[in-house]
Amino acid sequence: MKFKFKDKERAKQLIGVIEDYVPDRGIKIVHVCGTHEVTITNNGIRSLLPEGVDIREGPGCPVCVTPTRDLDAAIKLARKGAIIAAFGDMMNVPGTEYSLNDLGPEGAEVKMVYSVSGAVELARKVDSEVVFLGVGFETTAPMTAAVLSEDPPDNFSIIPSNKLIPPAMASLMELPDNNVDGFIAPGHVSTIIGCRPYEPIAEKYGVPIVVGGFEPLDILYSIALIVKGVATENPSVENGYPRAVNYDGNSRSRELIEEVFRVEPGLWRGIGKIRDSGLGLRDEYKQYDALARFDVHPEEGEEVLPNCLCPQVLTARATPDQCGMFGEECTPGHPYGPCMVGDEAMCNIWFKYGGRPQL
Amino acid sequence: MTAEGKEKIKVIHGAGGKAMDELIGNHVLNTFTNKSAGKIGLDNLDDGATIEGYAGRTLVLTTDSHVVSPLFFPGGDIGRLAVSGTVNDLAVMGADPLALTSSIIVEEGLEMNVLDRIFQSMEETCREAGMPIITGDTKVMERGNIDRIAINTAGVGVADEPVPDSGFSPGDKIIVTGTIGDHGMALIQFREGLTFKTKLKSDTAPLNHLLKIARDAGDVTGMKDPTRGGLAAGLNEMADKSHLGLTIHEGKIPIKDPVMGVSDLIGISPYNVANEGKAIIMASPGTAEDVVGALRDNPLGKDAKIIGEVTEERPGKVILETEVGGRRFLDAPLGDPVPRIC
Repeated sequence: MKFKFKDKERAKQLIGVIEDYVPDRGIKIVHVCGTHEVTITNNGIRSLLPEGVDIREGPGCPVCVTPTRDLDAAIKLARKGAIIAAFGDMMNVPGTEYSLNDLGPEGAEVKMVYSVSGAVELARKVDSEVVFLGVGFETTAPMTAAVLSEDPPDNFSIIPSNKLIPPAMASLMELPDNNVDGFIAPGHVSTIIGCRPYEPIAEKYGVPIVVGGFEPLDILYSIALIVKGVATENPSVENGYPRAVNYDGNSRSRELIEEVFRVEPGLWRGIGKIRDSGLGLRDEYKQYDALARFDVHPEEGEEVLPNCLCPQVLTARATPDQCGMFGEECTPGHPYGPCMVGDEAMCNIWFKYGGRPQL
Repeated sequence: MTAEGKEKIKVIHGAGGKAMDELIGNHVLNTFTNKSAGKIGLDNLDDGATIEGYAGRTLVLTTDSHVVSPLFFPGGDIGRLAVSGTVNDLAVMGADPLALTSSIIVEEGLEMNVLDRIFQSMEETCREAGMPIITGDTKVMERGNIDRIAINTAGVGVADEPVPDSGFSPGDKIIVTGTIGDHGMALIQFREGLTFKTKLKSDTAPLNHLLKIARDAGDVTGMKDPTRGGLAAGLNEMADKSHLGLTIHEGKIPIKDPVMGVSDLIGISPYNVANEGKAIIMASPGTAEDVVGALRDNPLGKDAKIIGEVTEERPGKVILETEVGGRRFLDAPLGDPVPRIC
């Protein structure tokens, strides 16, 4: 069981398929998930691929794409006396001026939680207001929706910052200089939304999309299917992760999202506004919107920092090592841009797993 | 160097990674000027320091402070940790430990029986290691000024020829004395309340007897105990100091299944978390198998294995060959991802 998904011989077979089909002009494949990037770099997958196969991470890191506006709002609320509950990865992300971590010495209360339920539990234990910084994609949205639909305590609210992946993939295809030939679609997100939302993208832009799992062989299998799809000019959507993903997704989770949230324009750090890519609270749930409750209206902050290559990295147009600050002025200990913060952030992953994963 | 502006000490500065290197490099080594009393001194940043000329042998001196939360954890406690940590720092220098000191700072209000249990554990660990505690100090701080207890132990040992952490050559084999990541992952499992069929246990243990066996069995050219920052930090330090490359093979590194399970679940690599009863040993290619054989005859070394070799390729770097056949750098973690565990 243990090494089933890391078998060297099977890996060789899949690499053989990739070699057989890779076009001479090369191929650029984008995945949209920090956990995929971890599998790829941690296992040295790039060093196994034939030359000309370029694997990039797109806007798949929820921490990186959370706009400074939402972060600044959390910081403002913390200073007003609310307890901010956030995922550990969010703590070190630089906002316009500060990160949540910087608030510790001021005495403001910022608590790390592993899920929205942790934040609700916290709210039940204390009298102060608890505000959950609700970031993430379709994967975390159902949890937040479930919590809000089950009558949470009065002192609980959220900063709604959830985003949707398929519109971001489509927006990538609209960039003039992207040259994306295919996508590995995120396995976790797809457990919720299934594979159908990718069909219009594959059709409109003529790119194969394969939902991928998280073991090294899953990734190689997804790459093989995409390379074959490109070579045979068959831009279809395939489920390469059927042991976890149902082609139609999880209808109960989607209903919950639908009940609590409504789709609106989403603000992505480093990318800008993307149509229909954000989740705001429906009127029936507005009472849980922390920004409305505390009358906080943060302005759009400094989304792009000078000399920071995050926007290019997040849109698969640059790799971390092309950034002049990578590993020098920008490290996980002293992050300058958001892509250096957190386990799903590409620069962070490259730094952590050796800086040059194509070794 | 004096820090300007608003820079403050953060937890990561004490976590054994690059942030701590910066702290030590910029603020400690740059301030103190008189830093050695023998061949290996403060600037060498080895596990201990040496003073030569002790009846023709070399004295090795080391000190280590211990804070851990919780105080008692599966497989150990702060007392066992405080004794083992210092004994092991001497042992990886190639020294036979002679004696320990114990200095404790206690918070007002700590239950006396908790203190007694810690002392009892120190006593038992000292007996295992065959070490006396010959002097000590006790301070009590007002409630809230320290979290329960901190223990500092200093140790002195004696070596015929100290083993530095950089004296090996290309071709030498890299050995680990047992499974990797046990201590760090056990604390994570315990703290997070993660339940599996198998309860993880810390590997905290004094290694002086085991490492003497290794030294006697073959030509040992380098040793290090991979505590904070784990195997990754330990190997990188050795690569950095020796200006040689180290290549290790992922499939050969002994890791317990539940350790891997917790690691996969929480996304923290077993290479990056502390071990408190393991050592990295470099041995000449001709004697490495003998060293492993001798280690395996001892319960503390039963899972010992050759995991890689010293190379001339990419000096100062550690290269990991992954199980699917890929290659990547194994860098030192910036800090131990799990604070206050050793």
